Amino acid sequence: MPQVLFYLFSVLAVLSACLMVIVKNPVSSALWMVGAFVGMAALFVGLNAYFVGIIQILVYAGAIMVLFVFIIMLLDLKAEEKRVWKPANIAAGAVVPTILLLQILGVLLKSDFEPFQELDLKTAATAHQQASLDLYQEKAKKAGEEFDPADVPVGKIQANLEDNQLPDVHLVGRTVFAGRADKAASQSFGFDDTSNNLPLQVMGVLLVVATIGVVVLSKKGSPAKSN
Amino acid sequence: MELDLAFLIATVIKMGLYFTIVLTFVAYAVYAERRFSAIIQDRVGPNRTMIPTSILGFKNDIKLPLGGLTQPIADGLKFILKEDFTPAHVRKHFFWLAPCMTMVPSLITIAVIPFSSPIAIEGRDVPLSMAIADLNVGPLFIFAISSLAVYGIAIAGWASNSKFPFLGGIRASAQMISYEIALGLSIIPVLLVFGELNLGRIVQEQSVNGWLILPLWNEGGHILSGGFWDAGGLQQWILWLPMMLAFIIFTISIFAETNRTPFDLAECETELVGGYHTEYSSMKFALFFLGEYAAMVIGSALIVTMFLGGWSLPFGWSNAEWLASGGIIATFIHLGCFLTKVIGFILFFILVRWSIPRFRYDQLMKLGWVIFFELALINIVLTALIIAKPALDKEGPIAFWAALAALAAFSAFVFYLAKTIDNQVGPGKRVAPVKAKPAPVN
Repeated sequence: MPQVLFYLFSVLAVLSACLMVIVKNPVSSALWMVGAFVGMAALFVGLNAYFVGIIQILVYAGAIMVLFVFIIMLLDLKAEEKRVWKPANIAAGAVVPTILLLQILGVLLKSDFEPFQELDLKTAATAHQQASLDLYQEKAKKAGEEFDPADVPVGKIQANLEDNQLPDVHLVGRTVFAGRADKAASQSFGFDDTSNNLPLQVMGVLLVVATIGVVVLSKKGSPAKSN
Repeated sequence: MELDLAFLIATVIKMGLYFTIVLTFVAYAVYAERRFSAIIQDRVGPNRTMIPTSILGFKNDIKLPLGGLTQPIADGLKFILKEDFTPAHVRKHFFWLAPCMTMVPSLITIAVIPFSSPIAIEGRDVPLSMAIADLNVGPLFIFAISSLAVYGIAIAGWASNSKFPFLGGIRASAQMISYEIALGLSIIPVLLVFGELNLGRIVQEQSVNGWLILPLWNEGGHILSGGFWDAGGLQQWILWLPMMLAFIIFTISIFAETNRTPFDLAECETELVGGYHTEYSSMKFALFFLGEYAAMVIGSALIVTMFLGGWSLPFGWSNAEWLASGGIIATFIHLGCFLTKVIGFILFFILVRWSIPRFRYDQLMKLGWVIFFELALINIVLTALIIAKPALDKEGPIAFWAALAALAAFSAFVFYLAKTIDNQVGPGKRVAPVKAKPAPVN
């Protein structure tokens, strides 16, 4: 991403986050938070993580914050607008971020960053092809079969790379869902090839439990029981 | 990053072209709606608008037999020239913000739709995509951005600070959030089949192998490739069933998502005066109107892209050498084909609006949550099973059928559960009034 865009969106994100805290009207506050989410999503997109960026908008800005705005509107909070900040609140609000900022600064100053490199998809494409060729060759050797490079199927990741596009959705899917991660992809992109399938399933169970909890809690006061 | 000049110029041209196309479509969709409804109701409709040269100082108006084709221009002028009235009781900032927040998202979603086949340009190794942004997350991008349009409607209702708009806003946002789920889940089977989220490549695949819900002209096999599917014959129609189901759920959800009749509960004039835009006038109202019709146009474009082969010509004609090589003529032919399909779908939207009466609000919610949500979920598992059949057959001859039976049993259970819970008395349920005892006679 051109640097101009990076600065534009990071300013958008930071400014909206600040305004979200400062503004007194709860609805404006919620809307500024949406602005912050959109800025963050744009930063993700700038890092070539299209999928994460879009999911950020879809889930946070498009679903969760809509419910927030919805509830705030229904409650029609007038008292919030008249509230005056106490000095203690302001002091706490200033001290905690300052400490966090110092911490981040400390880490940034200590760490040694390599210069930024554009993602080279052509190299990745050849590397990926070579890696999958190797894998199939190994497989054929184990099975004691004749190896023919023409037999190696062209996967979606390979096709994407050859179209000069980063197959980020496929890579995320492979890493998260695959029982065993895609060896060719993990070799050519340099992430470790442990499977994340179990954590994913645990998270699924957690979400189901949360959903059931919500249903049980919200059903409690229904007229069905009081009748 | 070096700037790619050809790419930049092409992008600017595409943006200009597509925005013009969509805005023209919106204007003429309104006109088509009026003429079409007039035909259905045995009226004439707006057929006499001409070019009013007399207001420019000429003696006479130009009387051409245009059939009212200049009506959208007159409508637009009227919107701009009417008094822009802001009532005193509204929350002013939000009141002004809301129309923009409804219209902008629907227009942004144009960005990922491939209007035509890619152009091969000399000196570029990859042909230039005819979508403004050839994203790898096409459908998700559309859902994400169009879900932001809810804010506009909710805020319009709230900022108007009066009760009917507020009710309309609440209804609209509840409806849109509910149907987003059905919308998102219903296309997962489609994505499973294509293994791809890039709309450009989805269309390309349909162009070669036959449209998703009309797989008629592919040679031996379905859109899916692989040993089992390449055998051809009846097998390709197995997958057609879940695809058709996905198509039906998706299309009906788009109706709800764009607040079109029979699901236009948010602006239902018999109950809510005008819904969330009751307090709006002139150009601010026009922006809501525009956003709604733009959402309809984009919705049709999305349906066409995913299920009806996008820009590709029927019967595999797009595979002909001179069309597939990506010349400029092919691009225009495909653009025409795509727009024709979109127009057809817009007319379908209009036909439905004028022939099906409005739902009740609880029926709408029940349809979304009890029927479409479950159906879409079951459809996902069904499609996955069908796709996995070759792999399952290796495990044993009955593995596939056992899994299918389990799915059927599970679906029956889910629907039974939904039905019984639905029949219970709960919040939002009407309880039958207790019959008063007849007064004792003396």
